[in-house]
Amino acid sequence: MTSQTIPDYECLDTDQVSPGGPSGPGAGAGRAGPKAGALLAYFAVGVFLGVLFIMSEVASWYRIQEMFRFQSFHMYGIIGSAVAVAAISVQLIKRFDLRTLGGEPIRLSPKEWGSSRVRGARYWIGGTLFGLGWALIGACPGPMFALVGGGLSIMILGLASAMAGTWAYAALRSHLPH
Amino acid sequence: MEMLSQTWPWYVAGPLIGLVVPLLLVVGGKVFGVSANLRHMCAALPAPDRLKPAFLRYDWKGSGLWNLVFVLGVAVGGFLAVTLLGTPDVGASISEATRTDLLALGLTDLSGMVPSEIFSWGALASPAALLMVVGGGFLVGFGARYAGGCTSGHAISGLADLQLPSLVAVLGFFAGGLLVTFVLLPLILG
Repeated sequence: MTSQTIPDYECLDTDQVSPGGPSGPGAGAGRAGPKAGALLAYFAVGVFLGVLFIMSEVASWYRIQEMFRFQSFHMYGIIGSAVAVAAISVQLIKRFDLRTLGGEPIRLSPKEWGSSRVRGARYWIGGTLFGLGWALIGACPGPMFALVGGGLSIMILGLASAMAGTWAYAALRSHLPH
Repeated sequence: MEMLSQTWPWYVAGPLIGLVVPLLLVVGGKVFGVSANLRHMCAALPAPDRLKPAFLRYDWKGSGLWNLVFVLGVAVGGFLAVTLLGTPDVGASISEATRTDLLALGLTDLSGMVPSEIFSWGALASPAALLMVVGGGFLVGFGARYAGGCTSGHAISGLADLQLPSLVAVLGFFAGGLLVTFVLLPLILG
């Protein structure tokens, strides 16, 4: 029952999954899992991001509508400058071969095209389905979490629906073109 | 404080959001990607293994605990922002053109962060709200995993690493978003 019918697409995901033992580039983080200090750091970065999602209004359905209607530069400025800063950072990390605080090499695994006869099918089909959902609910996953924290309890239903969607994908993925 | 309660301008918020990528890489070599947490949350559900698709049977603690803690932080950040700085009145700060369009769609109350006519428990009785919250959420979860990432994983992490597949995914995000905005929403809300 393990995913034998299709190649192991797990490794294509942005967040690698290591099904026990070191497998692929994602296994570098150590089998024991991250230490408490590192977890605290991830939590702190999350808090930082959650505040930004609310205060920059990225988490607002109105701002997403404004973006898809091309009626303000706000969202484009945010995404564009975020990508620029991230890209420069990634280049610097690669150029200077920087390591993690724990001394491990930093590796980014390239996203693979997959095996479908139509090149990149998973990216444009999955991407379009995601875009439909993004515009309907007016929030991508990160902002959904920020909104729940901010007291918009209806987003708990949004997150539960997103989990249902994830589950449906998991059940159907062997039948879907990747 | 007064200034912090206003909309944070894109040239402040955008670069700071971008910094999340190197921060996660330097702390532990982690790649910024929020939607993977939906998979971890499914994997963590206490359902018998035989009911779980293979895609959801893996060591979620080993590969996902850091990310779940991270996203818990995002929720706490949302709480702190709203508590300390107040809920932004986004409906008042968006462009006049958008306000006009949304009122023309039939919305009457543009206050708060989201229109309460759609995003509230009381509104769920209407098919439009149900479709937007439950249908929208479902598609976000399905599409993000199918595409292997969401806005953070593809639009930010992927584009920052100059990944062509991520560009294809982002073009898909926009294709879907435009279809909803200009075709579906007028039908749903009209």
